[in-house]
Amino acid sequence: MPMSSHRIAATFQCLRQRTEKALIPYIMAGDPSLADTESLILSLERAGADLIEIGVPFSDPIADGPVIQRAAERALRSGTSLPGIIRLVKSVRAITQVPLILMAYYNTIMAMGEQRFCHEAVEAGVDGVIVPDMPPEEADRLQKAADEQGLCVIFLLAPTSTPSRQTDVITRTRGFIYYVSMTGITGAKLRDLDSIQRNVLALQRQARKPVAVGFGIATPEEARHIAAFADGVIVGSAFVRIIEEHQHAPDYLQAVSHFTAGLKAACSFNDAR
Amino acid sequence: MTPVPDPRGRFGQYGGQYVPETLMPAILELQEVYARLCHDRSFQQEFQACLKKHVGRPTPLYFAKRLTRTLGGPKIYLKREDLCHTGAHKINNTIGQALLAQRMNKRRIIAETGAGQHGVAVATVAAAFDLEAEIYMGTDDMKRQALNVFRMQLLGATVTGVNAGSRTLKDAISEAMRDWTTNVRTTHYLLGSVLGAHPYPMIIRDFQSVIGREARHQILEAEGQLPHCLVACVGGGSNSIGLFYPFINDPQIRMVGVEAGGLGLDSGQHAARFSGGSPGVLQGTMTYVLQDQHGQINATHSVSAGLDYPAVGPEHAMYHDSGRIHYTSATDEEALQAFDLLSCEEGIIPALESAHAIAEAVKRAHTMQKSHIMIINLSGRGDKDVDQIARMRGAEF
Repeated sequence: MPMSSHRIAATFQCLRQRTEKALIPYIMAGDPSLADTESLILSLERAGADLIEIGVPFSDPIADGPVIQRAAERALRSGTSLPGIIRLVKSVRAITQVPLILMAYYNTIMAMGEQRFCHEAVEAGVDGVIVPDMPPEEADRLQKAADEQGLCVIFLLAPTSTPSRQTDVITRTRGFIYYVSMTGITGAKLRDLDSIQRNVLALQRQARKPVAVGFGIATPEEARHIAAFADGVIVGSAFVRIIEEHQHAPDYLQAVSHFTAGLKAACSFNDAR
Repeated sequence: MTPVPDPRGRFGQYGGQYVPETLMPAILELQEVYARLCHDRSFQQEFQACLKKHVGRPTPLYFAKRLTRTLGGPKIYLKREDLCHTGAHKINNTIGQALLAQRMNKRRIIAETGAGQHGVAVATVAAAFDLEAEIYMGTDDMKRQALNVFRMQLLGATVTGVNAGSRTLKDAISEAMRDWTTNVRTTHYLLGSVLGAHPYPMIIRDFQSVIGREARHQILEAEGQLPHCLVACVGGGSNSIGLFYPFINDPQIRMVGVEAGGLGLDSGQHAARFSGGSPGVLQGTMTYVLQDQHGQINATHSVSAGLDYPAVGPEHAMYHDSGRIHYTSATDEEALQAFDLLSCEEGIIPALESAHAIAEAVKRAHTMQKSHIMIINLSGRGDKDVDQIARMRGAEF
């Protein structure tokens, strides 16, 4: 098995044995600078992050709300590019084995070339990629290159996805399934936990692959509700907001670590329960 | 020629459906509903009746006698889309899509607008069809086109300013897509040009093709022959494809699409996608995009808000590569001169967008014989631009 899918699969397996769920923070690469992103990745891991999603900034992020849009603008102002992010992963990979997943809009990958992207990403130690504007219909080209290199393409499913689309995504996705908790964009408010639970449980039964839930999870309480049934909890805008608010303060890594530890505790069910 | 797009929404290598999974079921629903209705007699009859009674079609094909004489080249005919209800070709498409929304039981429509013409056309059909309308518009465009903002509000629509990015059409589209993602079950996104994910470029082309079908019939009636050359401005590309498409299989007819040259192609301040752009994916479709080497979308500039967009319809991208349509550009300055020319020579104040097409006719006239025929799509009227031009020239009221 290629190294990258190995790291993601091994992480979920290991968590299962410890009756923990995966905490998956999302941060924007290059916000405020790539050097900060490196320290953030290491702080996140130390504070309990199990996998880390690294956003690739794009000028026109149609699936993101204002918090992540602003982060992308800051990252682009600091000169962040996809090749630069891959170099960053290479340097971080020398220090940590935490699975790293890029979240990139299709155009940033296309500009680099699908083949070259997959090759260089895997070489640097990237484990997976999520492309929010690439439904299965448009995935063949990237997926072929990714499969050849052993890069996991992680697909999203939404509450609006039909059963046939679910089946297609279950077949295609590598590593895990990203279940979008709501019809909406990143940073919106979480609602209707019951229906999320019903959908995720049905998906787990059919897929026999881990299902991580994202969009709208901002607090340890919400993380605990989701972690009760999902295999992983993705927290994006809430992290990006803390970074936005604290990035000029000397203790901002501590603020991020503190928030991470609180979320991780909410994803762990191996204490006195 | 094989019909385009193919069933996957591809125009050659361009087009496709690059949207979040949340939207895919709505996109596929629209695809299914349209596949059924485009061959449905009663739907088409209803559409044609609305075009006649609400829009005022057919629009005239007008022989521009003085302009023809002044330019000393081919006989110039203007397809008078400026005489459509609401002042531009945009309403052809909004009527069609409002009928689709009705058939899909979606009572709320959202839209983006640049120059405000599409927004006004959406607000108009929303009123006429009893739909709730919310229009997204970049705050810079709201300043440039304040009159159209007020007009949309008079028609009962909500206009929501978009303060992100370049605060123009591109950002309005992104915001409309975010709204659609959030309210997809109740809302139809009434996209205004041949952009976005399949089936939009096809549906909008089909609805706008009434322009070319009428023009074909009218020129045969007036001249007993087909035209030699067609000229239209290209923002997203709906008025141009609307005129060109019914002539696309007549290889002897030259077709020219005019993009916004802004301050000049060397200045970098323009929206000439075929001169400065490269293939990429923006807002749902693969097409020519103005972007940097890392795929970040470049800022654009044009005096006309309706052409100020970094991507172009995917079908145009295909015709560009095949050479079927020739694409060129006109600068702000050339468009403004053409604006004055048409106003004074023909008594027609064109939209600044359409003035780009007139500017190309000025450049091209001397290369054509006097016996030849050129049709220019006069896609909109200039009332909306009068205020902006007055300010540029320091006029005070």
